[in-house]
Amino acid sequence: MAYSDKVIDHYNNPRNVGQLDKASTEVGTGLVGAPECGDVMRLQIRVNSETQVIEEAKFKTFGCGSAIASSSLATEWIKGRTVEDALAIKNTDIVKELSLPPVKIHCSVLAEDAIRAAIGDWKKKNSVAETANAAAVAH
Amino acid sequence: MGTVTSNVEVPVGVSLPIYMDNHATSPLDPRVLEAMMPYFTSKFGNAASRNHSFGWEAEQAVETAREQIAKLIGATSKEIIFTSGATESNNLAIKGIAEMYRERGNHIITQVTEHKAVLDTCKRLEKYGYRVTYLPVKADGLIDMEDLRRAMDDKTILVSIMAANNEIGVLQPIREIGKLCHEKGVIFHTDAVQAVGKVPVNVIADNIDVLSLSGHKVYGPKGVGALYVRRRNPRVQIAAQIDGGGHERGMRSGTLNVPGIVGLGKACEIAREEMDSEAAYLRGLRDRLKTKLESELDYVHVNGSMEHRLPGNLNMSFVYVEGESLLMGINDIAVSSGSACTSATLEPSYVLKALGLGDDVAHSSIRFGLGRFNTQAEVDYVADKVIDIVKKLRELSPLYEMVKEGIDLTKIQWAAH
Repeated sequence: MAYSDKVIDHYNNPRNVGQLDKASTEVGTGLVGAPECGDVMRLQIRVNSETQVIEEAKFKTFGCGSAIASSSLATEWIKGRTVEDALAIKNTDIVKELSLPPVKIHCSVLAEDAIRAAIGDWKKKNSVAETANAAAVAH
Repeated sequence: MGTVTSNVEVPVGVSLPIYMDNHATSPLDPRVLEAMMPYFTSKFGNAASRNHSFGWEAEQAVETAREQIAKLIGATSKEIIFTSGATESNNLAIKGIAEMYRERGNHIITQVTEHKAVLDTCKRLEKYGYRVTYLPVKADGLIDMEDLRRAMDDKTILVSIMAANNEIGVLQPIREIGKLCHEKGVIFHTDAVQAVGKVPVNVIADNIDVLSLSGHKVYGPKGVGALYVRRRNPRVQIAAQIDGGGHERGMRSGTLNVPGIVGLGKACEIAREEMDSEAAYLRGLRDRLKTKLESELDYVHVNGSMEHRLPGNLNMSFVYVEGESLLMGINDIAVSSGSACTSATLEPSYVLKALGLGDDVAHSSIRFGLGRFNTQAEVDYVADKVIDIVKKLRELSPLYEMVKEGIDLTKIQWAAH
């Protein structure tokens, strides 16, 4: 399979790899996917409670190159956005940016789920009402 | 956090990319090409032309090849039928025997880690009223002889069990299987594509009745294969599956691929002469690769028996690293993975799953297929590169981090998708 230059770039130089303190109230953690399915993403955000801006985002991913690239791109995109803005990111945006082939669309779906799960976790910790579409959904 | 790109040095004498996927196909041996060349140009006759020298010349070449192949597996040349490759050989063997012996019974026994050319052929026969038993394998990849014995009944006409597996390289106990089949009066077919020319296979000693082999797995050309069909004790009959001019004693019509057949013959001759030394050489390289990987990496797992295994095969799981992402990082090395992401079906390897491995371990597997033209310097480079990339990808793996922190991954409620 031929990978797009952007996938290769994110694979070779993944952005924002690492972890944040899961116990911190400022931090939201999303862990999505399953080892049996061949991909697990953990995406974490640190949110400024006053501005609701995502000031830091970190990820680690077990998965193919496209999964790694999708989550790496997701962290880049959500950094600096408010949580509501971040929720506007759709998997199709990721597909377009990385030129993912049809068999890799699930990687982008997983990245969108990871964003939603991380934001959902942060909201739960901070008792922010869940918006209807913010719940992490298994697919 | 660092990058996934590697800066492992390429040793002198190693040119990239390195081919280490010899179970998929093997490069043509230059000696084989040399033998084939005249049969593309000046010696282009049809082996079935009985009335001129062009035909005689081609027929002579085909008969020489038949003898070369027969000699490698302990058969006689009249027992060798040429085909287009092992997929056709397997189809012809199984369908041809099923049809020929339909009156005697309708039960076929095979096992779950066979190649699709056997499994899908058996599945088709099930649609036509045949009953097929798919034996399980043990954790080491071998069938249990007791399972085979129990599966046999008075309607069993055929047992088809491979000699060596194409993914994990394990060697099934074909000699005992053949012995049991002969005791019970059941025909024994073996798909020996990966075994012939790599380990000793002898149709007499191993009690084999029908055997499939292929040219391009033994440093011969693609598009040519053979089927051994026993003529005595017992005489096995096969119903033709391709109708036409009645070539190959009526079992396989179609003009013979003379250059391909010459190449297959030459490849078998070389294999017979060099198998012992080559096996020792490959075993040495394979064990060197294994030792290096195991000494530098934790959570590595060899899939399948090490004891009953092809000398050139190593199938290893690098747990907590997904196979396709590993292949992407070692893209100057040609190997394959049991990962779902590398397959057309998005399913992880059914062979690895049959060993009882979790999907997560199957997703992490790499098959190294060492061959005649690999060198020690290449093995050293491959080991260094794999170690480097696995370590980098584990830096990226949430699973590796969690395991290192003492978290039991099986206790987590994963959202399967």
